Amino acid sequence: MRSRIYIYVSILSSIALLLVFQLAGEATRHALALPIPGPVLGMLGLLLALALRGAWLRWRHQAAAEVPPALEQVAATLLGHLSLLFVPAGVGVVTHLSLLASEAVPLGAALVVSTLLAVAVGGWLMARALRSPAP
Amino acid sequence: MMAELSDIWVYLARDPLFGLTLTVLAYLAADRVYRRLGMHPLANPVLWSVIVLALVLRGTGISYERYFEGAQFIHVLLGPATVALAVPLYRALSTLRRQWRGLLVALPASVLVASLGAVALAWALGAGQTTLASVAPKAVTTPIAMGISERLGGLPSLTAVLVILTGILGAVLGPPLLSWLKVRDPRARGVALGAAAHGIGTARAFNESAETGAHASLAMGLAGVLTAILLPLAWMAMG
Repeated sequence: MRSRIYIYVSILSSIALLLVFQLAGEATRHALALPIPGPVLGMLGLLLALALRGAWLRWRHQAAAEVPPALEQVAATLLGHLSLLFVPAGVGVVTHLSLLASEAVPLGAALVVSTLLAVAVGGWLMARALRSPAP
Repeated sequence: MMAELSDIWVYLARDPLFGLTLTVLAYLAADRVYRRLGMHPLANPVLWSVIVLALVLRGTGISYERYFEGAQFIHVLLGPATVALAVPLYRALSTLRRQWRGLLVALPASVLVASLGAVALAWALGAGQTTLASVAPKAVTTPIAMGISERLGGLPSLTAVLVILTGILGAVLGPPLLSWLKVRDPRARGVALGAAAHGIGTARAFNESAETGAHASLAMGLAGVLTAILLPLAWMAMG
């Protein structure tokens, strides 16, 4: 029973951790007038915190540093259903149907050509870098 | 009897719970069909839930604003979910340590071609300012892309749909294109798919092998960060 309460608390604090980093990201964006979205800054902040924690744990215990299990669980739950979270905004496209119809040709051409080019460029450059020996 | 039924309907259609429940049910159904069809990119559950919900709204005459009163409870989770992307990215850092030399070249090139290539082509074919801002971040994962689109003065909902279409295009056409270009290294194939076609491309990469998928997820995360930093700066520079 005691351990179950502990798990609840740490799941709740993991949710709080995500919210705090998001809020910090939004605050940083406003304070520094950055063009980068607040949640992306929050993600970078959490990544930095995890990397620092990992470095500290490796130094103290010489062991591989895993993500805290509760945070891992909350992240897996949120990201496991990530697609669902886009649906409400996606449905908003009904309010832009006339724009979508009038610009269907430039949009369609831009999507197809740029996606094929991006796949080709990324794959070709990465394959070339992997073939060349490290200096 | 009929009058009572329509009374209930009028009441339900006004309740925020309606939009919320409808969204979850439509997604569950679309996700089930997607799994039944072997997770084919063309059966993408987001695309089909959006189509079904748009048709339901049109058929019932419920406005998007009314629908969103309920659906916003799902929408707010996008922020924390974006922050949570740090967890898989942290786990992929060991891959980054091994592959940083290739990624340093391949990722910025892919990101620039994907975003500025799309903007240039759409501009040349006569697309307006709002459309250009909406299409620019289309290659990165939806929560990041919608945030960038909003910052650039685009329409986040249009961006969401363009991102999904990009993912489907990349996942369907990417692997045969890479084979045709004789890119056979699973690490290079993964990076190409993750950087150009985000989560949908990454799911396709995991179908090829775990190694391809791991490199795709890392490329997806880094491409998202890179685009979020570079694109708004490029946008300001271009005026």
